[in-house]
Amino acid sequence: MAPSPSSPSSRSLRRPSRGGDGDGGSRPSRPSRSCWATPMGVVVLAMLGSLAVLAVAGPLWWGHAADRPDPSAVLQGPTGRHPLGTDHLGRDLLARLLASTWPSLLPAVAATLLGAAAGITLGALTAVVGGRARRLLGAFVNLLLAFPALLIAMFFAALFGAGARGAVFALAVACAPGFARLTQTLAAGVAGTDFMAAARVLGLRRHRLLLRHVLPHVAEPLLLNVTVAVGSALVALSGLSFLGLGAQSPSYDWGLLLSQGLERVYTEPLPAVAPGIAIVYAGVAFQLLGEVLAKTATRHAAPRHAEGPAPPPAPAGRRPASPDHVLEVEDLRVALPAGDRTIRPVRGVSLALRRGEMVGLVGESGSGKSLTALALADLLPDGARATWNAHWFLGADVGSLTRGERHRQLATGMAMVFQNPASAFNPALRIETQLTEAVRAHHGTPRDQAVEQALVQLRRVALPGERRLLRSRPFQLSGGQRQRVAIAAASMLRPDLVIADEPTTALDVTVQRQIMDLLRRLRRDDATAILFISHDIALVADTCDRVLVMYGGTIVESLPARRLADGARHPYTRMLVASVLDLTAERDGTPPTVEGPPPDAVGTDPGCPFLDRCPQRLDRCAVEGPVPTLLAPGHEVACWRPLPLAAPPGQPETEEAET
Amino acid sequence: MSAAGEVRRTHEGSRGAGLALYDVTVRHHGPYGPITAVDGVSLEVAPGGTVGLVGESGSGKSTLARAIVGLDRPSGGRITVGGREYPARRAAERRRWGRQVQLVFQDPDTALDPRMTVRQSLAEAAGAFTRLDRRGRERRIAQLLELVGLDAGCAGRLPGQLSGGQRQRVAVARALAVDPAVLVADEVTSALDGSVRAALLGMLRDLQRRMGFAMLFISHDLAAVRRVSDTVAVMYLGRIVETVPADALPDGTRHPYTRTLLSAVPSLHGGRRPAGEPLPLSGEAPDPASPPTGCRFHPRCPVGPSRRPGRDVCAVQDPWHESARVACHFPYPAGDGADPAYGARPDADGA
Repeated sequence: MAPSPSSPSSRSLRRPSRGGDGDGGSRPSRPSRSCWATPMGVVVLAMLGSLAVLAVAGPLWWGHAADRPDPSAVLQGPTGRHPLGTDHLGRDLLARLLASTWPSLLPAVAATLLGAAAGITLGALTAVVGGRARRLLGAFVNLLLAFPALLIAMFFAALFGAGARGAVFALAVACAPGFARLTQTLAAGVAGTDFMAAARVLGLRRHRLLLRHVLPHVAEPLLLNVTVAVGSALVALSGLSFLGLGAQSPSYDWGLLLSQGLERVYTEPLPAVAPGIAIVYAGVAFQLLGEVLAKTATRHAAPRHAEGPAPPPAPAGRRPASPDHVLEVEDLRVALPAGDRTIRPVRGVSLALRRGEMVGLVGESGSGKSLTALALADLLPDGARATWNAHWFLGADVGSLTRGERHRQLATGMAMVFQNPASAFNPALRIETQLTEAVRAHHGTPRDQAVEQALVQLRRVALPGERRLLRSRPFQLSGGQRQRVAIAAASMLRPDLVIADEPTTALDVTVQRQIMDLLRRLRRDDATAILFISHDIALVADTCDRVLVMYGGTIVESLPARRLADGARHPYTRMLVASVLDLTAERDGTPPTVEGPPPDAVGTDPGCPFLDRCPQRLDRCAVEGPVPTLLAPGHEVACWRPLPLAAPPGQPETEEAET
Repeated sequence: MSAAGEVRRTHEGSRGAGLALYDVTVRHHGPYGPITAVDGVSLEVAPGGTVGLVGESGSGKSTLARAIVGLDRPSGGRITVGGREYPARRAAERRRWGRQVQLVFQDPDTALDPRMTVRQSLAEAAGAFTRLDRRGRERRIAQLLELVGLDAGCAGRLPGQLSGGQRQRVAVARALAVDPAVLVADEVTSALDGSVRAALLGMLRDLQRRMGFAMLFISHDLAAVRRVSDTVAVMYLGRIVETVPADALPDGTRHPYTRTLLSAVPSLHGGRRPAGEPLPLSGEAPDPASPPTGCRFHPRCPVGPSRRPGRDVCAVQDPWHESARVACHFPYPAGDGADPAYGARPDADGA
């Protein structure tokens, strides 16, 4: 696979604004080498290297000495000539130990590979066969798992006949069910995906499904398990040899040496201890290899801890907050580390919300609207840094508050409603607990009273059967119900500001309408300010008082919602408006769309973020970012060349023709 | 047949290859017994034509889509493409069904194997039913990418390196790689932004004109459905309750359910809504395991027995029958659709 020249990380970071979970998981893992450069990596490599050298060179160097009997030196203890002593035929034990590295390791690796191959095939099959066969296979695997592995190994070793080959097969049989079960669990996650369904519709045969789609997805954890299993197999095989079920004289391995040494362990401990050490050494080497591989696999996914959470450099003593504003922020910027660089998804956002005002924040995926919301709520992901010139919330300078004060202020004064109501609740807790915990924690309201308040809120969001609902858990509700409960939960503390981040994107139009009506009612009854974030410009125009259009981390236009259809002046807003499909739009003809690449997330260019897609850019646009300019009361545009007003809606082409 | 010839199959080339469903029923095993997710759906999509299927979540749209492509087994009825029936009995023929019918999924994030490059995904699809040598395959991939408006440089990328709109284009290219007679598009635009969505719709329409496949366009987005379809079928609780030409939207629709759906579509031009707009839908969709008696829509109907006196028949008698264009006892009059009994929007306090 050829790595693309474009920046994958910037692309993936553009997505958190919508279904942000989709991307992180689907990004391919690229093993980094850095784990091998750690002390543990070096140790593992050294241990495995020494084993490999011994396995190859052992028989060549010491093979002869290991097999030469010396009747004059039978059963000797450690001497200068024989550091570990000799066995009952006078053969040098050190030579035998070193020469048997290969015959000790090979069967362990072979048994693991055989067992893994059988188990993985069995487990992966469950992902591609039909329902009944899947249940039968699953039952079979579970049945095998019910027996202790070592017991199975001993049983089959006896059945296959004592000897190295029999022991290998026996051990393979014993470790197969574990792999089958693991693979089955991992493959079940792949089996339900759309891409598997697509592959089935393409009529791919089962083996292709297995090889192309199932196995690559489960390979990583399986590989780790195989390496760890080699270590266990080594110990188990030695055990079998020790029991007399493994290698038989005249061939020998560490297990057999151990068993022979054990006969005189009270007079000469070393002949028994040395093979034991060898077994432990090799076992530990493989286990550690698994550890390092696991770290390599997970390292890229681990969150990066940068400079710590948002130390706000607030230049104190700036102008005070205006009294009718719930929230005021000036020049908000967010920086996120992505790989080895920093991207700037939010680059100087200034906004203010009055009490009881509903403001829409629109923009496409990656415009920075969700990160703006998260920054305002102090919920930025690990490693992200927010800075601002001024940030007032409910009259308090957020930058000058202590961490605890800030959290308390935000928790009681602000509430968030998220896009996905399914993941916004803890699935294990009852609705009652989740609705009441905030008032109980912040206001110290006793439980009965909190429950009464919850009932009132649920009635307000028009959910019948409130008492029954309180006892239910999130998964028992439909998506629309959950979102209404989320709004009820948000209004429990009577917040002054609700930030709703795409609260209806996952819902049907009819449910969307209900949710929007609810938010409007909340605004009307409690004078709550609402910041409504959406990519749906028609929905925003339909419900909000004022609209902020965001592009490339900046607000490019801010205007009253009712002027959106005809009065937008920024070329991007005009394009968005033109691309709206609604029931009154012309049916024929291709809908106008926003052409060109989305803005660069690194955001170091000095010019206008919309430059690349703008149909009427000037030379100035490339070198100087446009400054927001007031064109009419309540209408600000950040553009060096705002479009004239006269153009009829839905036809930006007329302006494009001018350039 | 050359690969190029396959892509630009003319309208005549796929003559008679439309999709037809006769009384298709799909049952699932629910926790409390069988659930009839799709209940006696009959519809026809002409070659080169598009039928839009709309309805809420849970109305059975996606189950129907899965049944059409053979992912779910219908428990009754017939599915035919070009007059040939879905071969339910023979596994080998079932596999070849994908040659005729392809599906594009809702979520571009999961529709593509995240570990396969665009090239690999497309090569797999292109080689699924026809043998291609290496050069033929490369040519075909380039052709497919061009078809969906992606540049050739995308071929080496992984889905994680593409934007949502680009991924959905790759998914469309994969479905079209086998040159199907029928394309089922299941909510293909609902995960996309406005402008990206419009572009994808335009592309689908354009591809259909060039390749002549029949399309079943499933969505809860009525504006999108209106844009791409010739006919719109409205589904409620597993049944089609209204079939109407797309031109007639919004004012020519007659079923109260269709009207409620239409009234919920947000508009940039708030004032220009269809006249006589009914109340927004109240309540939750009923459990398909035990649908209401009589008209299935009556408990939620804005002009039903709970809101209008003398309409008790709705709660008793089912207005649905197989050939009904509007399954309603008291449909809105065709044409203007204004219902004199209706006032202004009750919730006009907003913007």
